[in-house]
Amino acid sequence: MFASLWDSDGFYAFRRSPAALVAAFVAVLILLGCLFAPWIAQSNPYDLASFSLLDGLLPPAWEAGSDPRFLLGTDDQGRDMVSAILYGAQLSLLIGLSAMAIATVLGVGLGLAAGYYGGRLDAIVMRIADVQLALPAILTALLIDGIARGILPADQQENLRVVVLTLAIALSLWVNFARTARASTFVERNKEYVQAAMIMGQHPLRVMFWHILPNILGPLLVIMTVDLASAILLEATLSFLGIGLPADSPSLGTLIRIGMQFLLSGEWWILWVPTVFLIALVVSINILGDFLRDVFNPRLR
Amino acid sequence: MVYFILKRLVQSVFVMLAVALLAFSLFRFVGDPVSQMTGTETSVEDRERLREELGLNDSFPVQFGRFSGDMLRGDFGFSYRTRQPVAEMIATRIPATLELGIVALLISLVVGIPAGVYTALRPRGFITQTILMTTLIGVSIPTFVIGIVLIFLFGVQLGWLPTFGRSGTVDFGVWKTSFLTVDGWRSLILPALTLGVYQLTLTMRLVRAEMMEVLRSDYVRFATARGIPYKNLYFKHALANTMIPVITIIGLQFGGVIAFSIVTESVFQWPGMGLLFLESIRFVDIPVMGVYLVVIAFFFVLVNMLVDLLYLVIDPRLRVKEAA
Repeated sequence: MFASLWDSDGFYAFRRSPAALVAAFVAVLILLGCLFAPWIAQSNPYDLASFSLLDGLLPPAWEAGSDPRFLLGTDDQGRDMVSAILYGAQLSLLIGLSAMAIATVLGVGLGLAAGYYGGRLDAIVMRIADVQLALPAILTALLIDGIARGILPADQQENLRVVVLTLAIALSLWVNFARTARASTFVERNKEYVQAAMIMGQHPLRVMFWHILPNILGPLLVIMTVDLASAILLEATLSFLGIGLPADSPSLGTLIRIGMQFLLSGEWWILWVPTVFLIALVVSINILGDFLRDVFNPRLR
Repeated sequence: MVYFILKRLVQSVFVMLAVALLAFSLFRFVGDPVSQMTGTETSVEDRERLREELGLNDSFPVQFGRFSGDMLRGDFGFSYRTRQPVAEMIATRIPATLELGIVALLISLVVGIPAGVYTALRPRGFITQTILMTTLIGVSIPTFVIGIVLIFLFGVQLGWLPTFGRSGTVDFGVWKTSFLTVDGWRSLILPALTLGVYQLTLTMRLVRAEMMEVLRSDYVRFATARGIPYKNLYFKHALANTMIPVITIIGLQFGGVIAFSIVTESVFQWPGMGLLFLESIRFVDIPVMGVYLVVIAFFFVLVNMLVDLLYLVIDPRLRVKEAA
């Protein structure tokens, strides 16, 4: 089984593409770093007792006046930058992945149903999608966030921040999935295997998810990768704008926001360490997405 | 043609109504307007009287009708936070955002279209590959990071340009413009670049894709065979036929410019509508949020109408079909 996977077209292309290999390596490295953050990181940025103000504003290890304990230096609170970005990326990835997952389920479900049933359902779903497509994702996410602030009770605001943020991002990204799933379903549903399944009297849900879904997975996979990158960027942007996560549970965006305060003073690492880390993460995911698109669309190769 | 324009007008009115409905629902159902306007010491009777005075006990259609009528007259209500009329707050912010957006769009077009044509004509060249790789990275870099990098380079390291705010404006009544002074331009450059770079990559990729499509077509091959000079062929015959999708995208990009102006304005503390919208979200200032939406929607509709009219100008076939 593994041998056949290794020899498959996609994997062959993967082995031959240096950009995709490097991107996958970086992405996996970051993912592992986030997963094992509690063991790798020497201090917990959420735990005030694990760092000390006396270690504040130390530069990275290769600069003069650095402390060998802190590879990438410390911020003004004495937090180790390595620990901060690992925990920050953990939160960013968690929100990005769950938002992407919710958007996938919602978008693919609606897209499949719209393409399968057509008619009024299709018209309604697609009109909503059209309207949302006219609004850029960040505006939608901001709006949903604003509404949540108005509706939720004040004492629950802080606790539900991560949930609100995830939902706001998910609800602004589902459209891509819905449109792609619908378009592919339209093509598939007239093919003989689907017709056969329908004539055999199989339940519509079974036809949709068992027969059609596996055949439209390719383009959806591409969108999942690209949208994961968008979700991470969106979260970072919202947190940077001060709408996302608060400073005591910093994601990468919050860290950059904090770092901005040191732009004019000499402590460049507080700003650039999380920024470079974020870009590395997003660029590697986007390169993988580009690669997947080429694999699934041989015409472009 | 008149019919076509009329049809678009009617559609636009419906879009505006839908957005107004959204804005009204925000105002009416997210939080209670009465408790926003009164303090804790207000008695229940006073609250009820205020509720009656504001007409909040009327039926939904009646309230919505009144809301829309007020909007049409330019009465946008009052901000919960500053207690100022929202119309005034937005009006003073519009010029800043529009000027920023227009310059950003211009940057995106003036650089993006030639770059797109070039990369389509030499798809395997070294410069093309470099440009394409750069744009891929450019798409992955969030707008706010581009802003920070520009501030760091030109503001902090080189010290050439101001890093925040909008200075050197000249007053024309309500419209404050940055276009007339050196200072105004200096403070405009960095935010406009930040906003334009992302749009630029989109423009370039689109022009490139369309150009490559057109270059494969029969009439271009025929024109090549006829010996039409390449300059004419590429820039007159081929480029003209890519214009319809390109103009469509410019219309859509306007939305992107507006949305990312929120981010750009926040990075540069540019006093536009985006910054106002952000503040209104932070303070749950629902009236301002709602009016921002309506104003944005209005610009959207306006730009899309203009785009549709431009189609008629560009593509003679459409004029004939509509006239028939």
